[in-house]
Amino acid sequence: MNRNPREPSAVEFGAEFRRFSLDRSKPGKFDEFYGLLQHVHRIPNVDLLVGYADVHGDLLPINNDGNYHKAITTAAPLLRLFLQRKEEADYSAFGTESLTRKKTPAALAAVLLRPDGNRKKPPIIISLPQDFRPVSSIIDVDILPETHRRVRLYKHGQEKPLGFYIRDGSSVRVTPQGLEKVPGIFISRLVPGGLAESTGLLAVNDEVLEVNGIEVAGKSLDQVTDMMIANSHNLIITVKPANQRNNIVRRGGRDASGSSGRSSDSGTSFYMASNAIAMTPSHIIQNFRPEEEEDSEDEEDLVIEGGGAAIPIGHVAASAGVTCSMPSLPRYEPHLNLRTSNGGMAASASMDTVSHKDQDMEVQAVARRSLEEDGTVITL
Amino acid sequence: MMKFRFRRQGNDPQRERIKQELFAFNKTVEHGFPNQPSALAYDPQLQLMAIGTKSGAIKVYGAPGVEFTGLHKDTAAVTQIHFLSGQGRILSLLDDNSLHLWEIGGKEGHSYLEEVRSFSLPGRPGIESTSATRVTVLLLKLNLDLLCVGTEGGGVHFLQLPTFSLLDRSLFHDEVMQSAPEEYKCGKSLGPVEALQEHPQQAEKILIGYSRGLVVLWDLNTRHVDNLFLGKQQLESLVWERSGNTFVSSHSDGGYLVWTVNSSTPCTHQPTTSTIPYGPFPSHGGMPRASYGDRHCLTILQDSTHVTLDFTSRVIDFFTVHCIDQEKEYDDPTSLVVLLEEELVVIDLATPGWPTIPSPYLAPLHSSAITCSYHISNVPSKLWERIITAGQSQSANQTHGVGDWPICGGRSVAPESKQKELLLTGHEDGTVRFWDASGVSLQPLYKLSTANIFQTDCDHNDSLTQAGEEEWPPFRKVGCFDPYSDDPRLGIQKICLCKYSGKLVVAGTAGQVIVMYLSDEKSDHMIDVATVDLLQDREGFTWKGHDRLPPKTGSVVFAPGFQPVVLVQCIPPAAVTAVTLHAEWNLIAFGTSHGFGLFDYHRRAPVLARCTLHPNDSLAMEGPLSRVKSLKKSLRQSFRRIRKSRVSGKKRAVQEANAQLAEQDAEMAPVQRRIEARSADDSLSGVVRCLCFADTFLRDGTHHGPTMWAGTNSGSVYAYALEVPSQEKFSEQSVEAVLGKEIQLMHRAPVVSIAVLDGRGNPLPEPYEVSRDLAKAPDMQGSHSVLIASEEQFKVFMLPKVSAKTKFKLTAHEGCRVRKVALVTFTSVSSEEYCENGLVCLTNLGDIHVFSVPALRPQVRYDCIRKEDISGIASCVFTKTGQAGQVAGGSVLSPGFYLISPSEYERFSLSARVITEPLCQVDVDRLHDLTVLRYSKLSHCLHLQFEHNEVFSLSSPFLESPNSSADLTLDTTGELTVEDVKDFLVYVLHLDTLYVSCGRAVYEGAVNDS
Repeated sequence: MNRNPREPSAVEFGAEFRRFSLDRSKPGKFDEFYGLLQHVHRIPNVDLLVGYADVHGDLLPINNDGNYHKAITTAAPLLRLFLQRKEEADYSAFGTESLTRKKTPAALAAVLLRPDGNRKKPPIIISLPQDFRPVSSIIDVDILPETHRRVRLYKHGQEKPLGFYIRDGSSVRVTPQGLEKVPGIFISRLVPGGLAESTGLLAVNDEVLEVNGIEVAGKSLDQVTDMMIANSHNLIITVKPANQRNNIVRRGGRDASGSSGRSSDSGTSFYMASNAIAMTPSHIIQNFRPEEEEDSEDEEDLVIEGGGAAIPIGHVAASAGVTCSMPSLPRYEPHLNLRTSNGGMAASASMDTVSHKDQDMEVQAVARRSLEEDGTVITL
Repeated sequence: MMKFRFRRQGNDPQRERIKQELFAFNKTVEHGFPNQPSALAYDPQLQLMAIGTKSGAIKVYGAPGVEFTGLHKDTAAVTQIHFLSGQGRILSLLDDNSLHLWEIGGKEGHSYLEEVRSFSLPGRPGIESTSATRVTVLLLKLNLDLLCVGTEGGGVHFLQLPTFSLLDRSLFHDEVMQSAPEEYKCGKSLGPVEALQEHPQQAEKILIGYSRGLVVLWDLNTRHVDNLFLGKQQLESLVWERSGNTFVSSHSDGGYLVWTVNSSTPCTHQPTTSTIPYGPFPSHGGMPRASYGDRHCLTILQDSTHVTLDFTSRVIDFFTVHCIDQEKEYDDPTSLVVLLEEELVVIDLATPGWPTIPSPYLAPLHSSAITCSYHISNVPSKLWERIITAGQSQSANQTHGVGDWPICGGRSVAPESKQKELLLTGHEDGTVRFWDASGVSLQPLYKLSTANIFQTDCDHNDSLTQAGEEEWPPFRKVGCFDPYSDDPRLGIQKICLCKYSGKLVVAGTAGQVIVMYLSDEKSDHMIDVATVDLLQDREGFTWKGHDRLPPKTGSVVFAPGFQPVVLVQCIPPAAVTAVTLHAEWNLIAFGTSHGFGLFDYHRRAPVLARCTLHPNDSLAMEGPLSRVKSLKKSLRQSFRRIRKSRVSGKKRAVQEANAQLAEQDAEMAPVQRRIEARSADDSLSGVVRCLCFADTFLRDGTHHGPTMWAGTNSGSVYAYALEVPSQEKFSEQSVEAVLGKEIQLMHRAPVVSIAVLDGRGNPLPEPYEVSRDLAKAPDMQGSHSVLIASEEQFKVFMLPKVSAKTKFKLTAHEGCRVRKVALVTFTSVSSEEYCENGLVCLTNLGDIHVFSVPALRPQVRYDCIRKEDISGIASCVFTKTGQAGQVAGGSVLSPGFYLISPSEYERFSLSARVITEPLCQVDVDRLHDLTVLRYSKLSHCLHLQFEHNEVFSLSSPFLESPNSSADLTLDTTGELTVEDVKDFLVYVLHLDTLYVSCGRAVYEGAVNDS
């Protein structure tokens, strides 16, 4: 401990306490540290919430390189870490004020480990930033007419349904020739709890103008349905919202205020003359590149070698220059100088609180997890 | 980037030119029997037959290979067709009351049919409603320059031919009524014109019959009523006696009157004879109407010979082919041609026993419903001859001594096709029919029945019906249309034929996979059965569908032709969804909704069975087929019922109105579509959609070997490496299969097709092609790739790593889904040396796309089938591959077929090079040569009858000679409706051959032969 400028750390995980040392001058990255924690506790497959007690006794999170380094530097010299299983995490414990009265580690631990029965109403769980992942986004606002909205829905291979229906309808456009009634495709229904509804970016009676960069004009309801399903892993739809009130007013927006463009009648939306002009092909330029989209997370077919493990299909040199960004798995880096400290090691029976499965099962679980990331469930 | 790629390609003139030389889309010819025929006509001079359909098509047939098709602009039913005999002109009347004139024209040495004129009667301003000008009857004058048109309003209009100019001398009611005696007028209208007949001797006179019963002999030149015949019974038809001295009128009460024309008495009140022969004949051994009410019959009487042809479907019309020389005493009809709703039957009247003459065209493809089709091009002549021989031995008894095909106008000038093509159709009754698809007319070659392998109760039924038919009338079943399958499990689902070895795999609805080989000898053996359990001990699944078909036990006799080697029975017995054959390896692969299996038919041993069922898939165990079938059955029954109870005009109008209302309702309710990613839990995800064998690199890049690939409905692909023993060790060593790769396509769309490409990107040759020097050996140096086509996209993966190389996301781009794909070799028109591989794809929108292989770049797109025509799209078959043709020096065909109706295939071609289409020539004489003898059916008949004093006494609205001496009586009993009587066609040709046809047979009574 003296020979190497290591930072001894005491870790509490559930009822399990461990102590190990870390090189203070080379703390490494958070990911590595996270892997180390999992390794030390032999819980390679459990999602953790990492917190530390700062000098004021506040329980603060460690979830990125920044606050990790901060935590290391504040250690004096012992750094007290608190690990919680993510699904059991009590986020309310975090914060500067919450724990000022109970500055002792024991008190902290008591807060974290209090039995479930004593809890009040479960608070709304808001993940920490590291857990955030895009579920939907509004893109291309800079190039689209302000009455339009291009929404991207990220399926992430999750089980949550996209959750919307489309229907035929007609919209009236104002053209230099006068009013013109044209057939269109509209969102007809949102499934409660579905992705579309939860994003708040799509609404019933929004007119669908494009699907992944391809105009739907002239296409039948069935064709548009098929296009959307074919793109369901990474669906980008350009809509003209039925309710134009929520649109961003840009540059003092000509007449983006209020209900002028709002459809009064359910099957119909009105295009102003300016929009008709705005719909000229120059505006169909895509800000996102479809190539990039589809070659990233979208298209990973899965190949299982006979009897072997599943490997996602990468891309051969022919399509070089395209990066394959697989969702990165928690990596375990041995060069972390991993060494559990001898002193105070409490390899107690409370290990059981972390429901360990036997080794084989976990390997399998890793494999399955990787598949799930791809949105595929394979019965091995 | 994608857009840019397209643009660059589209703008390259060099590439555009090559594409034009490679690809061209043509619908070339329709094979089969026209759907819903509604009219028939024959030109005895040109020997051409014309058939009109309810969809407004006119099809003209002559000698085999001679055929023309014309389509009216409006899809209205063709109600009447008349040939302007000898002129190559056809007059058609449509349901929408329009008249059309068609001409067979000539261009570049071959003839074609085109519409030259059309005409609709103008309404009479102010007086008549539109229905008043509805055409009821047409009379084509013998010299073909005048058309008399009778209307519902009672007017007769005269049109000059061929110009269709309306002559200003229409004859209306009022003019006729002026001549009628006061007591006849009684304020009632004369009703529609029901009959028009030209005077057999005096061309300027026509006989006009009105519905109310009045008959007028009208002189066209003097515009004067020569005679009035004051009939009082509702009129149905008129027939002249040849001398012009008497005529016969038939009436709605089933009676008929004979009138004498006497120039001295302009107004005849009473007919010479009057017969109302209806009456019950219960004492005469009459048969209960209920037993025969649904029969479709036509009776031929000659002397004492009496045959009642019992047809399979409704009689539309008929004619006889006979001597047209009027100087001859007798007509000597050589054959009788009967157009039925579902087939054409030709009876050879010159041969004793009146056998049927097999038709060289208008093949009743749908005699049993078509369940699948399979096309093979470039059939080796050896196999071809053996199939023909097998077929000839089948039909030896039927065709022996039968006369030649009687309709033989025109001549085919299409070049003899260089290669032989086979079309195989699988049917609901378990038969596989082999058709010669090399030329324009599809001809039956051989019929394979799989029903005799199983124990069914079909045979039993047949014997029952036979027994009942010994009695009177002497029914004779003719025709082969038999859509009522006794056991739907026999239905053929998939066919695969190896054209080099003559091995055939036929798979059916009850999980039966039959491996067959072509034998030239009759054989007698037991049926070898092997069962393969595709569930592989999966627990929690119980099959709720139909049972398997029990195979026959004991020895079974098989005629020369395809005979079973082994019957592989899938368990559970769900319908087979994919099958493939590798005759060189003695392997078959088959799949159902539960999994797939691999079977070594040489050793008769299963090699592999794999369950593809998803744990949550309960629908797969339902046997959905049984439900579909029962629905189909009930539909059929209701159709039969409809056929039985004729829908009157009024009822029809009500039905149409209801249908319209229903449509409106459908519009009111908004159609919604759910947007959801495909999930692993989708039902029937385990259905095996395609199977393929290939010699390629699966395990590593240096050792190639046999592989087997299977693709499922949920985007899974399984690839197995096979250990196939060398030919000498087939018997000792067993085939081994090891799972090499499993690919889960991310988008989970059903896998439609899998094909392996060699190092140069060419599809691998078929089995035996390399070993028999029929194809170039594939490139085994460069790396192979596998082309996987799903419903949504095409993707090429490099082997053995299965890394994605190229792809095209069709659905994401176009919004259409892949229905059928095939790899086709296209040869350039400019040079036989230049060819390209293409991936041909038919989508759910009915359009055809061609992509380059392996780059998967879109080349061309054509509209092919209407997107609403789901059965057409589902029935489409492409010729598998044509690459053997390259090496053999022949041309490469790239055709496809799809069903345009239950009974017709449309053939199309995608190659700019080879097109199979009818090219024929008909020499026509359009000079108005009045000396040419003309043909008139009914006056002719009567002439013969009267002249020879042959007498028939008939209870139908037929005629009776005043000098009646013979006494053959044919009676029908009550219950006849007006419409039934109307449908009676009575037709006498030969001195004593009589034809009686009922639209629907109502055939009761007895022959009184004293």
